[in-house]
Amino acid sequence: MSQKSFREALNEAMRDEMRRDPTVILLGEDIAGGMGSGGEQDAWGGVLGATKGLMPEFGRERVYDTPISESAFIGAAAGAAATGLRPVAQLMFVDFFGVCGDQIINQMAKFRYMFGGKATTPVVIRTLFGAGTRAASQHSQCLYPIMTHIPGLKVVIPSSPYEAKGLMTQAIRDDDPVIFFEHKAMFDDKEEVPDEPYTIPFGVARTVREGKDVTVVAIGRMVGFAKTAADALAKDGIDCTVLDPRTTSPLDSDAIVASVRKTGRLVVVDEASPRCGMASDISAIVAEQAFDALKAPIKRVMPPHSPVPFAPNLEDAYIPGVDAISAGIRAVMGVK
Amino acid sequence: MKIDKEQLLAGYRIMRTIRDFEERVHKEFMTGQIPGFVHLYAGEEASAAAVCLQLGDADTVASTHRGHGHAIAKGCDVKAMMLEIYGREGGLCAGKGGSMHIADLDVGMLGANGIVGGGPPLVCGAAITAKTLKTGGLSVAFFGDGAFNQGTTLESMNFARVYDLPVLFVLEDNGYAESTSSSWSIGGHNPVRRAEGFGIPGERVDGHDFFAVYRAAEDAIAAIRKGEGPRFIHIQFTRYYGHFEGDASTYKPANQVKDERRYLDALKFFRARTTAGTMLKNEDLDAIDAEVEALIDTAVREAKAAPAPDVSTLTTDVYLSY
Ligand SMILES: Cc1ncc(C[n+]2csc(CCOP(=O)(O)OP(=O)(O)O)c2C)c(N)n1
Ligand SMILES: [Mg+2]
Repeated sequence: MSQKSFREALNEAMRDEMRRDPTVILLGEDIAGGMGSGGEQDAWGGVLGATKGLMPEFGRERVYDTPISESAFIGAAAGAAATGLRPVAQLMFVDFFGVCGDQIINQMAKFRYMFGGKATTPVVIRTLFGAGTRAASQHSQCLYPIMTHIPGLKVVIPSSPYEAKGLMTQAIRDDDPVIFFEHKAMFDDKEEVPDEPYTIPFGVARTVREGKDVTVVAIGRMVGFAKTAADALAKDGIDCTVLDPRTTSPLDSDAIVASVRKTGRLVVVDEASPRCGMASDISAIVAEQAFDALKAPIKRVMPPHSPVPFAPNLEDAYIPGVDAISAGIRAVMGVK
Repeated sequence: MKIDKEQLLAGYRIMRTIRDFEERVHKEFMTGQIPGFVHLYAGEEASAAAVCLQLGDADTVASTHRGHGHAIAKGCDVKAMMLEIYGREGGLCAGKGGSMHIADLDVGMLGANGIVGGGPPLVCGAAITAKTLKTGGLSVAFFGDGAFNQGTTLESMNFARVYDLPVLFVLEDNGYAESTSSSWSIGGHNPVRRAEGFGIPGERVDGHDFFAVYRAAEDAIAAIRKGEGPRFIHIQFTRYYGHFEGDASTYKPANQVKDERRYLDALKFFRARTTAGTMLKNEDLDAIDAEVEALIDTAVREAKAAPAPDVSTLTTDVYLSY
């Protein structure tokens, strides 16, 4: 056990799985850095440094630092997975899904079903997401609702370094295609993380905080914000449960519904665009399965239906923050 | 090559404006006042300047994440650009785009681009518009060596050839895509031959030499305007700064960066070449230097003093009608 950053947690998970299993390979742009240049290889270790040190340890046979050709290398990861390897490919920012979407939604996601159960495609697509770094409209989206929409893809969104390591290890060992979302504003977050490998199963929500008045379901970076809001509201006598689904596909709807049955109130906090998103999806499930338990209308806390703006004050207004979450919780409690 | 004194001075002014703009943004970025991701074009000025100098109002350009130079060369307002980079009210894109999305369709600048390889298809579209509406315009795709390996770029080259579109493909090869060397990433190591494989005539030029780029662009543009379809230019040069502001360039040998500035400087070459004989006088260029310095100074001062955009604009312009 030691204090590790989100970045270090991911690095350890990939490193340990590569040591354990020779079929695990990495692909992605600048994941080592310095290919063909006078500078040392491993100059970058990925844009946020999560793959640092892996090229020196595992070499060019296992680490493919690629040209800027997302369709080719994301598709190659799918092809390699279907034929015997366990590739972990980095789609640098999830926004670039726009470039290689076919290989993800039409190819890897559907092999097993289309081929009558004969294909196994154990591929992980790691990808950066989320707002908060002034990176503007084409480098700040969430897009996990789009992936969650596609049958055949598993979708993982870790909310802390501990979660990142356990879920990444599980993702690499999992036999289905996994899209692994890493919030770029969380890479320096630190907490106690075990040194040895461990897995966190998919489809099992984490209870971050237990309370009797309101169920707050939050995703990714929003989990930390929701906990902060809930801790503060406890002083005002509002007692919240905070649930982190960890994976949106599979989704632990049982845990969410069971919690709402206890509290009678639901707030869903989602950083993704509001239409057809996880907040809507989770709200619909609860409305369908626990309508009778609800003491107040469901509240969704989300950004507006707009691209992510550049100007800092606009971006800050865009992102659902602690204040917006507190207001949402107060609203379902019927207090100002 | 046909270029008169007025054109020469205009070309120099563009290059000097780009250089000063970028040097200043570099300096200001270090003070922490410029948000987000900034990719500087210093060292690459001759490409944007020598190409855009030969374009008219009916012509369009699509740029990259390294877009300030193309924007300045195509005539975007420098003060509004600075406001945009600071994320302020009155910015060229109302503070919503920032450095990576600098654009002004009113002057035929179709946008910097956060997506590598995002521009070439757009340029094909602009060329179709020019053909359909008979504007006589052509469209230029500026893209990097990294983008030259993107499917969108290669598809666009074939597309432009199939329809004989008035498109100029300008490969800006600064040696690196982030930390990856272009001598490694471009398979076959011969971009001109790659273009020729698509049936597009091309040539390679030294991007530190304004005159070499000007001449190549002049030939290419003349052929395109005659209706001969797309052309390709491979421009080789260097970027002075890291991939983005904050990149320590550890993949470049340390003395390379210093030597680049010393020996590979389009502005120095331009001055030496034009003032050696009777073409231009040093005073002509000095006067431009002084004017540009004052302009950039004002732009930065105004940007720093400007208010942030009103928060109510967060949800405007998502659509035209709701
Ligand atoms: C589709 C896509 N892939 C990757 C990136 C990340 N990225 C931004 S710039 C860049 C390098 C581009 O290199 P090049 O085309 O040579 O342009 P340069 O930066 O050298 O001007 C990369 C990989 C991106 N923005 N878009
Ligand atoms: Mg480059």
